[in-house]
Amino acid sequence: MNRRQAHEAAERRRALTIAAVSTGLVVAAIVLLVPLAPGWPAVRASFFDGAVFVQTFPTLLKAFLIDVMIFAWSVPLICALGLAVALARGARAPALFPLRIFGAVYVDIFRGVPVVLTIYLIGFGVPGLGLPRPWNSPYIWGTVALVLTYSAYIAEVLRSGIESIHASQRNAAICLGLNERDTMRYVILPQAVRRVVPANMNMLVALQKDVALLSFIGPVEILRQAGIYKSLLANFTPYVVAAVIFLAITVPATRYADHLLNKDRNARS
Amino acid sequence: MPGPSVERSVADGADGGAGPRRGADAPRRGPAPPGGSAGRDTTDRSALDVGTTAKLSLRSVQKAFGDNAVLRGIHMDVAVGEMICLIGASGSGKSTLLRCINQLESIDEGAVLLDGQDISEPGLDLGPVRRRIGIVFQSYNLFPHMSALENVLLAPRRVLRRDSTAEAEALFDRFGLAEHMRKYPDQLSGGQQQRVAVIRALAMQPEIMLFDEITAALDPELVGEVLNVLRQLRAEGMTMILATHEMGFARELADSVCFMDGGVIVEQGPPERIFTAPKVARTQAFLRSVLR
Repeated sequence: MNRRQAHEAAERRRALTIAAVSTGLVVAAIVLLVPLAPGWPAVRASFFDGAVFVQTFPTLLKAFLIDVMIFAWSVPLICALGLAVALARGARAPALFPLRIFGAVYVDIFRGVPVVLTIYLIGFGVPGLGLPRPWNSPYIWGTVALVLTYSAYIAEVLRSGIESIHASQRNAAICLGLNERDTMRYVILPQAVRRVVPANMNMLVALQKDVALLSFIGPVEILRQAGIYKSLLANFTPYVVAAVIFLAITVPATRYADHLLNKDRNARS
Repeated sequence: MPGPSVERSVADGADGGAGPRRGADAPRRGPAPPGGSAGRDTTDRSALDVGTTAKLSLRSVQKAFGDNAVLRGIHMDVAVGEMICLIGASGSGKSTLLRCINQLESIDEGAVLLDGQDISEPGLDLGPVRRRIGIVFQSYNLFPHMSALENVLLAPRRVLRRDSTAEAEALFDRFGLAEHMRKYPDQLSGGQQQRVAVIRALAMQPEIMLFDEITAALDPELVGEVLNVLRQLRAEGMTMILATHEMGFARELADSVCFMDGGVIVEQGPPERIFTAPKVARTQAFLRSVLR
């Protein structure tokens, strides 16, 4: 070991010690101080009841599958609509001007209205037109509300990605004789999409959480099921169970997305 | 015509008829306009040249960006197999001229004729025109999400609707890049990327190649490998126009050298004469400053 390596090893040991000590202090403070709060016994009883946790976990997990299902069929729809809106907003041909205006108005509206409100308005409003079964299902109209809202966000993210690709890339493609459509499809979009994957992953994690908002218009998914248990057992622990289940999905999902992104970056350099 | 045209000395009619050193292997140039050269009025010249068999002709090409007149009346004839080098300081209009030739920039006045057809006509479908004129940029502009081979195959596949894998592989082989075909641009050196960019343009089998200072962004030790590619193309009779700062290269290979300044071609002639006996004061000053 040469002098520099010895120095770096010492630095590492020192950093590790400091990190361990400071983490220990923070954890100790929480473990020791929180129970000293006057309301702690009551909170522990109603939020962290082990028996209730075990009793409600299986049913809540099953209810969570509904969230996963809604999420799973929403994502492809959101990607397709988001891409369509992003391309419409970038359309330059005069004939497509109405499309461009429509894209801008669409994005303004659905980014500007709270998700819950969109879900209420569409989820209760459209079936209220007197649609026959099964077309009045809250699953359908709840999904529509989520798709409309999240497509607006994804479209904006994609558009920023498209605009971030340097004009020289477009010029190079045009100079090879490619038309506008092929240039967008084979040169601009693939680069733009890669560039905005992290931002879109964040949107998808947010979507996974917002699926729970559909509980307001009917589907007995995890949040609603937890609410039922809460009323039944007069205990808030089911909500904590729901939170744990959400975390078990969203944290690995974001980590995996980061991993994919790094792998892709490493493969090309 | 702006003032500088008075001192233009367009000499390719008389003393640039055929590159003196290349008379044998370079294809003959199109018929040059008859008569003397020095100090001829530009309007006369364009009138005389109409109907020549030049591969590419520029007629009084003018281009301004806002109030900034970048090209102020450019005349040029390029015969099949000819290699023309544009020299001049940065901002003299060399790059803009190349971008106006392949219609990446539209021109304000004048005309660009390819095989006698006016390709600068507003409203013309430029796709077919651009695939006949290849261009390589200073900054390579390879598509970073595709391997070198995919970069080369994209345009033939999408535009010509044919699979040219075998031809592309032959090109990689010819320019010494066979082992790098599957790599991504980020994994290649600047010189290798620039050679891939040349191959990408050649894969469309263009009739003319434009090179916009393609060695200017390279480390000095990488310039040679790219210039060798140009030498090879020169030997094969490719019609080429280069904007370059490589004076030695221009002198060695060009049929004709154009010195540009202030948006006009100040002086044009065979490299030997331009580099050893420039007639115009501005050419002399420029060459003094770059050759030292």
